[in-house]
Amino acid sequence: MHWLARQVLRLAVVLFCVTLLTFLIVNILPGDVATAILGGLATPEDLAGLRADLGLDRPMLVRYFDWLGSALSGDLGRSHRSGEPVAQAIADRLPVSLQLMIMAQVIAIGIAVPAALLSVRRPGGLFDRLSASTAFGFLATPSFMLGILLIYLFSVTLDLLPATGFSPMSEGLWANLESMILPALSLGLIEWTVLMRVLRSDLLTTLKEDFILLARAKGLPPWRVLLQHALRPSSFTLITVIGLNIGGLIGGAVIVEQIFALPGVGRLLLGGIFNRDLILVQGTVSFIAAGFVLVNFLVDMLYAVLDPRVRHVRFRS
Amino acid sequence: MSGAVSGAVSGGPLLSVRDARVGFGTVRGLLRAVDGVSFDLEAGRTLGIVGESGSGKSVLVRSLIGLVGSGSGAIVGGEVRLDGQDVRGLSAKNFRQLLGRDIGIVFQDPMTSLNPVMKIGRQIGEGLRLNRGLNATAAARRAVELLVEVGIPEPERRASQYPHELSGGMRQRVAIAIAIACEPKLLIADEPTTALDVTVQRQILDLLQREQRQRGMAMILITHDLGVAAGRADDIMVMYAGRAVEMAATREIFRGPRMPYTEALLRSLPRLSDPTHTRLSAIPGRPPDLARRGTGCSFAPRCTYRSERCEAEEPVLSREGGRGFACFHPLNASAGTSA
Repeated sequence: MHWLARQVLRLAVVLFCVTLLTFLIVNILPGDVATAILGGLATPEDLAGLRADLGLDRPMLVRYFDWLGSALSGDLGRSHRSGEPVAQAIADRLPVSLQLMIMAQVIAIGIAVPAALLSVRRPGGLFDRLSASTAFGFLATPSFMLGILLIYLFSVTLDLLPATGFSPMSEGLWANLESMILPALSLGLIEWTVLMRVLRSDLLTTLKEDFILLARAKGLPPWRVLLQHALRPSSFTLITVIGLNIGGLIGGAVIVEQIFALPGVGRLLLGGIFNRDLILVQGTVSFIAAGFVLVNFLVDMLYAVLDPRVRHVRFRS
Repeated sequence: MSGAVSGAVSGGPLLSVRDARVGFGTVRGLLRAVDGVSFDLEAGRTLGIVGESGSGKSVLVRSLIGLVGSGSGAIVGGEVRLDGQDVRGLSAKNFRQLLGRDIGIVFQDPMTSLNPVMKIGRQIGEGLRLNRGLNATAAARRAVELLVEVGIPEPERRASQYPHELSGGMRQRVAIAIAIACEPKLLIADEPTTALDVTVQRQILDLLQREQRQRGMAMILITHDLGVAAGRADDIMVMYAGRAVEMAATREIFRGPRMPYTEALLRSLPRLSDPTHTRLSAIPGRPPDLARRGTGCSFAPRCTYRSERCEAEEPVLSREGGRGFACFHPLNASAGTSA
């Protein structure tokens, strides 16, 4: 399939650029992993010895292509700092980050879709204006700030939920959800705003279409017209934005995992940066970039599911 | 025909409209899109509503069935009775029921009037399930039967296709199937052939007429083209600037229009008897700005028969021998009384 081949090529190009850029940037940073491991008091000889042991004395591009070669075969190398295989480190922390993002996404969509539907029932009405100003308020709030406010409200004042820390599923579903709900809210409560505004504006456009008039002429009640006729043709931009927002969500997750002390990929990445653990940072960033491109690839596929016209064009040509 | 309307549920006209008004609030003031239109429509008959674009014909009909209103800022007035029942007084729920069961509508452009992401069979069956209580299987079966009835080949396959997979003419047939699905008493066709190829226009009009006769429905055929209304409508109402300016049996309109605007519309029709390369006659000037209507007849600025009275005084729709016209200088005075 021609279209699929193009997507795969795109994925490859993006990953090559991202990994090369990450490699360059981490190398430009002052300080290196040897200093980070041995501390400020180490002698230059010790540092040079450690660098040679880690293979850091070779030219940068040689190291990059060396890394790229093994990465392509699935080996992301070992952390300079802990010696743990990077792939394993990511795999251990991925479930936490995935859960965080899925919960955040569910919260965001769960608020955005009903809010948009209620807004367009009466554009310019009380609910519409109220939800618009609420949305802008949340949009202007950084996620770390919202996280701290949520901790203050739900943990400190109301004492309902744990402030930080993570309980794995093995400690029970409820304990697990309890530890994840505030982090997920910190992300989701910001993301819904964009989704809601996008869906609202597309719904308003769709509602002017003749087929909506026809649906009303069939005698369908307003909420059925909205749900069965207007929502699906209005959701294409929404889907695109959800895909693109994954990037922002990952960025937000890095910070939110730090605030709530969640052992996720974001926290792994941040630790790697502090320790100048080049291989770890390289592996984590590449993994995140691949995930981002892959999600947007899936979003593209979703169009075909939602819109028969796209299916028609894509799979007949 | 004064404003008096009998309270009888049966015996009267199927549709009775009195003093219908639709206004839109604009920055330049109230725009009177429809300004005091009254008419009756008997069961089984076809009324052609004819006028230029912007004459208010579509807005009038959409306002009757509640499709202009909430959200658009329109102010709707007047009385509408269907089968003697006051439509405007119904609760929202009862009104939707009436709309779904008793009124079918076909819009101008079948490219935009069908839902692009819903299968055709489901779009036809939807009204049946809602208004006639059919279950999904029965509605799907009936949808296929309706596709056969409106002349679509391979109906089973078409029912599971999406609108973009059909040609324009076929889509309009689907739209007609949707409109007649619930056996309505009134079928409204709003410029049903304007967006179609000339070659299929006639087929669609024939189909509409056949369905109307078989089912004994009343039909409102909205068109800007007197030629379309000619063979299809029993009566014609000509609209100009939001008002009815002439109302008569179709035959009489063509035999001798009373209102100069109708005459101008007739003269702009091409005729087979004309020599080749005859220029079509156009009506000079433009329709008036509905937000700043002056005194006098709205058509006066474009009318060749106008007098001082036309510019000072507004002619009302007067009736003479079964036909109505709003003009101080009616044409064809001798042809006025019908045989």
